Amino acid sequence: MRLYGTEITSRLMLGTAQYPSPAVLAESFRRSGAGIATISVRREAGGDRAGAGFWNLVRDLGVALLPNTAGCHSVREAVTTAQMARELFDTPWIKLEVIGHADTLQPDPFGLVEAARILTDEGFNVFPYTTEDVVLADRLLQAGCEVLMPWGAPIGTGLGLTNIYGLRTLRAQFPDLPMVVDAGLGLPSQAAMAMEMGYDAVLLNTAVAKAGDPAAMAEGFARAVEAGRLAHEADPMEPRDMAAPSTPVIGRAFLS
Amino acid sequence: MQITVNGTATEVQSQTLADALNELGYGNARVATAVNESFVPATARDAPLSPGDRIEIVAPRQGG
Repeated sequence: MRLYGTEITSRLMLGTAQYPSPAVLAESFRRSGAGIATISVRREAGGDRAGAGFWNLVRDLGVALLPNTAGCHSVREAVTTAQMARELFDTPWIKLEVIGHADTLQPDPFGLVEAARILTDEGFNVFPYTTEDVVLADRLLQAGCEVLMPWGAPIGTGLGLTNIYGLRTLRAQFPDLPMVVDAGLGLPSQAAMAMEMGYDAVLLNTAVAKAGDPAAMAEGFARAVEAGRLAHEADPMEPRDMAAPSTPVIGRAFLS
Repeated sequence: MQITVNGTATEVQSQTLADALNELGYGNARVATAVNESFVPATARDAPLSPGDRIEIVAPRQGG
């Protein structure tokens, strides 16, 4: 999988928030095999070195880093946050979040496109957290995005793929574009479904970090992502309404 | 002068952002900065501060 010219071997992307401890975070990443970790920037008090400790932890994970603009509700806020993240993490990659609705954390589509255009013009590689809206997707591509990250469900809900029709339509509209289902996944089966539908990768955080055994859940997701991808590449059969016997009919003994 | 640092009113003697970071205990910490909602790269922190400036100082954190 190539994302902005970078080859990423794993199709599982994992967040770094909400783990019970740094050790569990590291073990979860190890068992997930994730190739990309999402991270953020937050206020730091003078004399505090929490940022340095976390930076050492994620650097040791040995994965590509994707900083986000989580919590930003305006274009300016998101752009400034992205600029600070680029300097802190020395990467042009940015997971662009411009939130438009507090309860659902649904992206603000208008602000998202505007921020994506500004950041692309400034040399960023924008990974927009978006909805499954195909018109919005097209606008984001026009703004310079080369990857899209539609939500499965609102962040942190664990509801899975709430609009399968919309996600299938989006995949069909842009068959060659790298697309990542980002947010809302709660179970490995939901990740497998996204991969079976042809999505290139999934990004999740809460489903692993809030599991009773995060590292085991991370491995569960890794296996599901691999299974779903294999199934997609294997060209699945078409479903049908009527039964069709799988065992040969010819040669059956007549015993009535 | 009085400025606002990460949302808290703060009195500093420094006249530049670079000096203020030292004065406030950041030293060589891995931080990024913004003044009045605009990003200020590390290479531009010698610009003078003004009373009332709103400064944001951020560091790496967990994220999803």
